[in-house]
Amino acid sequence: MAAAIVQILLMGRGRAQRAVSVIATGLLAVAGCMLVAAVKGEGAVRLDVGGWTAPVGIRLQADMLSALMIAITGIIGFCGAVHGIGEVPAGDERRGYQPLYQFLLFGVCGSFLTNDLFNLYVWFEVMLLSSFALLALGGGKGQIEGAVKYVVLNIVASLVFLIGAGVLYATLGTLNFGDIATRISQGLGSQAGIRLSAVLLMLAFAVKAGMFPLYAWLPSSYHTPRHTVSAVFAGLLTKVGVYALIRTFGAAFVTEREFILPILWWASLLTMVVGVLGAASQFHTRRILSFHIISQIGYMTLGLALGTAGAISATIFYIIHHIIVKSNLFFAASVIDRLGGGEDLKKTGGLYRKAPWLAVLFLIPALSLGGIPPFSGFWAKLALLKELFHSQAWFAGAVALAVGILTLFSMTKIWAEAFWKDRPVDAGEVRTVGIAHILPMGILAAATIAISIHPSLLFELADIAARQLTNPSAP
Amino acid sequence: METIIILLTGFLFTCGFYLMLRRNFTRMLIGVLFLSQAANLVILVLPGLGPGVSAIVREGATRPPAGTPDPLPQALILTAIVIGFGVIAFAIVLLKKAHHDLKTDDLDRLVETDV
Repeated sequence: MAAAIVQILLMGRGRAQRAVSVIATGLLAVAGCMLVAAVKGEGAVRLDVGGWTAPVGIRLQADMLSALMIAITGIIGFCGAVHGIGEVPAGDERRGYQPLYQFLLFGVCGSFLTNDLFNLYVWFEVMLLSSFALLALGGGKGQIEGAVKYVVLNIVASLVFLIGAGVLYATLGTLNFGDIATRISQGLGSQAGIRLSAVLLMLAFAVKAGMFPLYAWLPSSYHTPRHTVSAVFAGLLTKVGVYALIRTFGAAFVTEREFILPILWWASLLTMVVGVLGAASQFHTRRILSFHIISQIGYMTLGLALGTAGAISATIFYIIHHIIVKSNLFFAASVIDRLGGGEDLKKTGGLYRKAPWLAVLFLIPALSLGGIPPFSGFWAKLALLKELFHSQAWFAGAVALAVGILTLFSMTKIWAEAFWKDRPVDAGEVRTVGIAHILPMGILAAATIAISIHPSLLFELADIAARQLTNPSAP
Repeated sequence: METIIILLTGFLFTCGFYLMLRRNFTRMLIGVLFLSQAANLVILVLPGLGPGVSAIVREGATRPPAGTPDPLPQALILTAIVIGFGVIAFAIVLLKKAHHDLKTDDLDRLVETDV
């Protein structure tokens, strides 16, 4: 029922009008919250498209994980639409910015709702193709260059995904997530085929999520487009990769987890370390933040790699917290860019004197990302560390703590350079900011504070999600 | 028949990877094209091709005749081909623009956004 609302809502895409964009994304956020409430009340919501039932027809299904992701997509989408009013120039809108933006959200929501692997591929492509276009829109040199790298790597990742899905279908004769789980646990299909497809799928999703050896496209493309675009990308796109990893390896490939999870484990640890070291070496706000995405992805997949229900629940909490915080930081980078006259931290400064409110709005997500109590990042890290130490993974726990400290270090670098230090003489020209620039930051900061003060609600929802995921028959 | 397609798949993968490893835009693009065709062939050939009975349900029967190949992989490939065309079309436009704007077709020169 509520899934149907989401669908109808998404059909309202396509008119290149700001009002439609804001209203549609706002409604998406509301519908997402309603979906969360509906799933909490009565279990997973299903919609069989075209009236065909599950193994044959295409089924959209929203369990708690999907519902939470849809709700957060709506919130970020709304903030992005509002921020876009202030930032995206009219030229880009004539080239189709608004419909592309709606298509992107459409693809993201579809990926979260779909119930089988091939449809996930199709939704990925919907999402990727619009993200390609959004990335290249505007057409500065750096933008085109970033887009080339992003496009080529993602095409190759999609091909690997496709082959993986094909191998799985040939082995098991199904692509439905639930059927995959049952058939694998019944021992159908050859183990070699299942493992081959598991490795291929992991490779593909790891590229999309930006995990350790496969992250290079992310920091070289995310800092090039409009700030609105990179904020929405930063919040949502890599998380779709993580979501796909959770969906496949948290639930579907039940008996293959002893084989897959150790690989994921070491890749996660390396992802965390490499990402944060990359961030520490940068002096460009959005590049620092891009590298932070990578290291935070490591935390999420680490929780998944641990594999217990509690760890998956912590991962889900972490994802929600991180989407809010990371998009907010990118919005902050946008405002710093406008007020401080550039993104190179060496050429900006003195913002604290000029805009103390901005400093506060920046500090909330920054401290939260670093995991300072009482912010949401603290609860997310605490839940994850508790699970890690509970399973006696001391080394991983120590790495997670160290990476947290380094994260904080590079956040203080932005703070010290952009806000604290005096303004250098050769700073770039300053543009004004409007309410449209500030409002999204305010909303997301409020969301962070809400999670910080009252984390138990989100923990409860994440627990339900993890339980539904690991035990599909549970309500 | 299956042997021919398997050999063809291998050939396409080889050519695709070779072309992708050249630093030139156009060759990379053709490489991607080859690889996507090879991926489609993998899906086609993996479940087995069957003896070539057409999947038409006879009058009075409720199932297609025995030996009919599974139609689902073919439906998947059809979708994948369409998506592949879209992606390739976009990539062609993007690389043309990149060539025009950046005045190079050498991938090694794309270092502006790197760290």
